[in-house]
Amino acid sequence: MAGRTHGLKPDPTRGISPTRGFSPTRGFNSTSPAEKAVRYVLLLLVLLLTVGPFLWELSTSLKGPGEDIFTRSPSFLPHQPTLGNYAEVARTVPVWTYAANSLVVAVITVGGNVVGATLAGFALARLRFRGARLVLGLFLATLVLPGEVTIVSQYVTIRSLGLADTLLGVALPGAIGMLNVLLMRTAFRAVPGELDDAAIVDGATVRQRLLHIGLPNVRGMLSVIVIFAFIGAWDDFLWPLIVLTDPDKYTLTVGIQYLNGTFSANPRLIAAGTMIAFLPIVLVFAALQRFFFRGVEEGAIKG
Amino acid sequence: MTHRRWFAPWLLIAPALVWLLVFTVWPSVNTVILSFTNARPLGGGRFVGLENFHRALNDGQLAEALLNSVIYMLVCLPLLTLLPLLMALLVQKRLPGITFFRTAFYTPVVASAVVVALIWGWVLDDRGLVNGLAQRFALLSGPLPFLTDRWLLLLSAIGLTVWKGLGYYMVIYLSALGNVGRELHEAAAVDGAGSFRRFLHVTLPGVRNTMLLVSVLISVSALRVFSELYILSDGTGGPGGRDMSVVMLIQMYSRGFTGHLGYASALSLLLFVVTVGPLLLLLRLDRKAA
Repeated sequence: MAGRTHGLKPDPTRGISPTRGFSPTRGFNSTSPAEKAVRYVLLLLVLLLTVGPFLWELSTSLKGPGEDIFTRSPSFLPHQPTLGNYAEVARTVPVWTYAANSLVVAVITVGGNVVGATLAGFALARLRFRGARLVLGLFLATLVLPGEVTIVSQYVTIRSLGLADTLLGVALPGAIGMLNVLLMRTAFRAVPGELDDAAIVDGATVRQRLLHIGLPNVRGMLSVIVIFAFIGAWDDFLWPLIVLTDPDKYTLTVGIQYLNGTFSANPRLIAAGTMIAFLPIVLVFAALQRFFFRGVEEGAIKG
Repeated sequence: MTHRRWFAPWLLIAPALVWLLVFTVWPSVNTVILSFTNARPLGGGRFVGLENFHRALNDGQLAEALLNSVIYMLVCLPLLTLLPLLMALLVQKRLPGITFFRTAFYTPVVASAVVVALIWGWVLDDRGLVNGLAQRFALLSGPLPFLTDRWLLLLSAIGLTVWKGLGYYMVIYLSALGNVGRELHEAAAVDGAGSFRRFLHVTLPGVRNTMLLVSVLISVSALRVFSELYILSDGTGGPGGRDMSVVMLIQMYSRGFTGHLGYASALSLLLFVVTVGPLLLLLRLDRKAA
């Protein structure tokens, strides 16, 4: 079990292995050229459907003012490529301030989850104490509760803490996700008990057990939590929409929803603003996707 | 003997426990309390009995929102249970470049619903890509009002939710497919079963539990929809505010100085009641699987 989490070196051929733990018989595994061709055609078709709209938006954002974007025979490549739309959006709407605000919220959320979920997950998985089952039950019970149900009274709570209309108020409730605590507990439980027992016999403190035995073995799950805490915070819309009223404090999602109204006459500018919100998250994901798919393999994503 | 300090575990759990109590347990209790009051953002909070619930019974907009949710669920369920499974089968085979395809198919999941809705707002615009192409090839004589018609707007939002969810459920299926016995597939192939029959008799039974799990997740998320409808309708909820979801109503009533937190809380309780059914089913399935 531990061996799987040790191997964190990049290996693009190891995504989700459907044949893990089974030696594939070559004859069955090989694909006929015809089947291969059909599969690639289908893959490209799905690719067009899933990524096409993003590319269309990117293309629109790069089209110059002289280009007719409303034509019935649209061109998929900009004829007069320009970054002018991005500059124009940034002049009218403080997108970089929004981006900085989103980043602040995302960093607090990631930091809180890494620390909070690791500590609690370790204690629930590895330490024996009175009330552990009760606490675990409480954490589990929250999973039945969709976040939207408590969003009104959560806002009341944030307001009574004096955090309404602040970025801290946006970040705080999600800074320790209960699901993440449970995921970390699962990861720590998968660490071989003999390792821990040996450490206890050697007189290791809780701190040493966590830092030297626990943590090195749960890096896979931790990276999944980092990715999803970041994406979740960056993408969230409803909660910041409720908490924030001061336009200077808007996060990107709240800020760019007004693009439609502000630039309804010029979709190029809406597209540029949209891309500013989209590109960072896609780069983060592209850079970290191998950890994500490895996490899938370790069973982190069961839904 | 530092490791025997009895409070060490509690020290580690404390932050998460505080968060649980402050941001989940207390708000849950408070939602129930607020739903019996006329609380407003500034003051209020007098006990009004069942008034909010009476109001909900006669709220035409809420009835429309619930109807929208039912339609949302009915369309999303079959599409998002089946299409992602087919996609998972497509990307399961390790052909060259498959990692790229897997990652690309997951892109809509990673993007914010706001970003996705803005993009589709442009694609479905009166002068946008879909209407432009359809008119060019003479499929339509005039533009279809995807974003201004009560039913077309709802269908557009549903299409967006489906499109954004494909990759998410694909990954869940992908990790489930890894557990479907390869031996069974081979045995069936040796016995001369074609790929369609193998899909029907080996793959489908193998991912049956995952399909149940996925359909529960889809049902719950269909009831929780917000951003797609909100952005596509520019926050208005469509013509006459008829394209609202329950969450949109909750947001509407909790917003600004004129908001009605008591009524918003009553709606939240209602949302809880309708989502808890599928979720309890999920927990039962989870227990069976574990």
